[in-house]
Amino acid sequence: MTYLLEQAANGIGGTDGLLFWVFAILSCVGAVAVVATQNIVRMAFWLVVSLGSVAALFFLMHADFLGAAQLLIYVGGTVVLLVFGVMLTASGHTIKVQTSPAETLLGGGVGLLLLCVLIFAISTVNWADISQQIPAAGDSPAIVDAREDASLAESLSVATTPEAKATAEKALAAVEARRQAGRTIRQLGLSFYGLRPDHMNSSANAASAPGYLLPFEIISVHLLVVLIGAAYLARAKRRVTPGSGTDL
Amino acid sequence: MNGPLAVLTLENYLIDCLKSRADSATLGLIAFLTAALIHAALYLSLFGGLPVFYIWLERKVAGRIQDRLGPTRVGGKFGWLQTIADGIKLIQKEDLVPKDADSLVFRMAPYLAGIASFAAFMVLPVSDGWIGVVAECGAFLILALMSLEVLGIILAGYSSGSKWALFGAMREAAQMVSYEIPMAICALIPLLIAGSLNLQVVGKMQTGGVWNWFIFHDPFAFLAFFCYFTVATASVKRAPFDLAEAESELVAGFHTEYSGFRWSIFFLAEYASMFAVSGIAVLLFLGGWETGMVIPESIAGSLRGWEINLPFVTGQRFDLGAYIANLVGGHVFVIKASLLVTLQIWVRWTLPRLRIDQVMTTCLKYLVPISCFLFLGAVFWPLILASTTEAHRPVIYGPPAKSVTSVISPLSGPPVGTESSTIAHGGLEVVR
Amino acid sequence: MGEVGLEAYLFVGAVLFVCGVVCMATKRNGIGVLMGVELVLNGANINFVAFSRFTPLGLDGQATALFVVVLAAAEAAVALAIALNYYNNHLTIDVDRGNELQG
Repeated sequence: MTYLLEQAANGIGGTDGLLFWVFAILSCVGAVAVVATQNIVRMAFWLVVSLGSVAALFFLMHADFLGAAQLLIYVGGTVVLLVFGVMLTASGHTIKVQTSPAETLLGGGVGLLLLCVLIFAISTVNWADISQQIPAAGDSPAIVDAREDASLAESLSVATTPEAKATAEKALAAVEARRQAGRTIRQLGLSFYGLRPDHMNSSANAASAPGYLLPFEIISVHLLVVLIGAAYLARAKRRVTPGSGTDL
Repeated sequence: MNGPLAVLTLENYLIDCLKSRADSATLGLIAFLTAALIHAALYLSLFGGLPVFYIWLERKVAGRIQDRLGPTRVGGKFGWLQTIADGIKLIQKEDLVPKDADSLVFRMAPYLAGIASFAAFMVLPVSDGWIGVVAECGAFLILALMSLEVLGIILAGYSSGSKWALFGAMREAAQMVSYEIPMAICALIPLLIAGSLNLQVVGKMQTGGVWNWFIFHDPFAFLAFFCYFTVATASVKRAPFDLAEAESELVAGFHTEYSGFRWSIFFLAEYASMFAVSGIAVLLFLGGWETGMVIPESIAGSLRGWEINLPFVTGQRFDLGAYIANLVGGHVFVIKASLLVTLQIWVRWTLPRLRIDQVMTTCLKYLVPISCFLFLGAVFWPLILASTTEAHRPVIYGPPAKSVTSVISPLSGPPVGTESSTIAHGGLEVVR
Repeated sequence: MGEVGLEAYLFVGAVLFVCGVVCMATKRNGIGVLMGVELVLNGANINFVAFSRFTPLGLDGQATALFVVVLAAAEAAVALAIALNYYNNHLTIDVDRGNELQG
């Protein structure tokens, strides 16, 4: 029994692995269901499932700010907007706009081919090698983790007295807790100001590391334009009387 | 930062307990699952228990306001058990799905709303260190999770196949999408003062007397509290903003077609959300779990050092004094939030419902500009003061190390403070 | 199997991307097409974040993903306004009927 449990736990890669598989399967099932259903309301429901699981995957990758943004903007904003659009446009006959079986088959076949190509491409590349060849742009979370792990392991191994060992273990616990708490917000925020704290102590390109001040400003202007544009496009207008334009 | 009730601490404790009995991968998984289950159960009891009390309270308050008695029969003189009796009746009812409804979405929508409302509790700290998930962006995350509840309600109304429900859902969608904006802006004002999105840090910075609460930090924060509370009342669709279920116009709005257990989940989610938004208000403006009284060192000191050994583990100490302080803090937090919920109930039975166009006008023409003005004011306040004290440093440089450590609750002992300063530094500390 | 690494996340991203592409290609409901776009963008976002997590590329991936999320919201707002206009003019949301501008 213990052996089986052990095998299972190792097979799925511990706690993170278990959560990863749960949310990966949920997001994939949701995405496939969005494609498979013809009913627009159910598509919206499955889209929520899929995007929510993607947010959970972001949390698993320690991108907590991005995960929260995904929940707030995507699931709470964009999908609500989409459902709102569905409500305004779907009246009886438009809830189900069927695709012909031939088109579905063709689309599905091409999609499967594309998926095979992508999976083949992903699995043939040796990502570990490639990421070693990349000149370290800065202190990414992975690098910081590796460095901290190394120094902690060293301090644990040299510790001989019980007190020293206890101190090292306490440091380990503190690092673990900090990792759990996440540490991307401040870095992301500073990078939108044009500063790159994660590049500061990489000697290569500390000065030339690009911040995101200009894209950030452009996006804010862009949002204003979108606000005005969407309000202009969606304003109340004369409605075409039935029968004059289309045969529906 | 890890009180005895935080998932991390319990997980580590369980790992220590089991260390002699299993191998590490299994161990981590078992410890994590057990710790997560225990905390989910604790939060579930809060999530289920508080609404039961609030529903009773609502009926009682409504009765008194309308010069009636409210429930009096079930469970003694005050009708204490009325909600339980109602709940048992609801569970027994038939689970109906209308013929025109989209049955999958119709069945799933209540759970979507319930899960979203429950998930918000996960990042809501009840006391110093008593939190399900310690998130650096807790305040942002809780607002995001609260905003998901609307999706369940919209899908419920839309999939019911009834025009009343559809109208309710459309109103809800329009109302929520607009009210999220002033809510987030108002919540930003105390976060700006704190310089952190971590609700634990925000709570800890308000330790000490009532004057340390963020509502009294500056005039803009004071006004922002009332603005936030108005918007929060609207965002949990309470009267006078309960257009989604306006029973005088729409039968029952989005839940017209629901019955039995699924209907009661909507109710549970609504009352739990009332507690959650009130809890956010308490954490951001009203001092969180702090009593607002300065506790003399002589009393606080006597609570320190009551450490006992944990069973099954050698070397780990359990700080009983801090635990008692946290227990008191947790009760203070729940009581403060419940007072705000009572205020929401009072408002509901006092003010008449607005029309839908008035609701939208209130938000877009008044609350959004007001909250933007308050936010700008709060940004410029430190500059107007032109103070050089540390408390008014621009947020971009991070909270000064001392400001966090110096305001540690006298109740919660020294180790908490030293750890909290590392959270407050967050990212920068890692990259050095 | 074992430890979850970069590949596992890339596979999830690939599945979402393909589902989105197929959704865009086969749905005739205009809003269904929009949902396909959202899936494609999310598949790409998973890849961005995974590369930022598992390779020494820094936080650029997360910053890009944030921009994608914000732009997707803007795109959805405009596309929805267009879809509503389309519905007002054609009384249907079927994109195959919007062929009046063909020569």
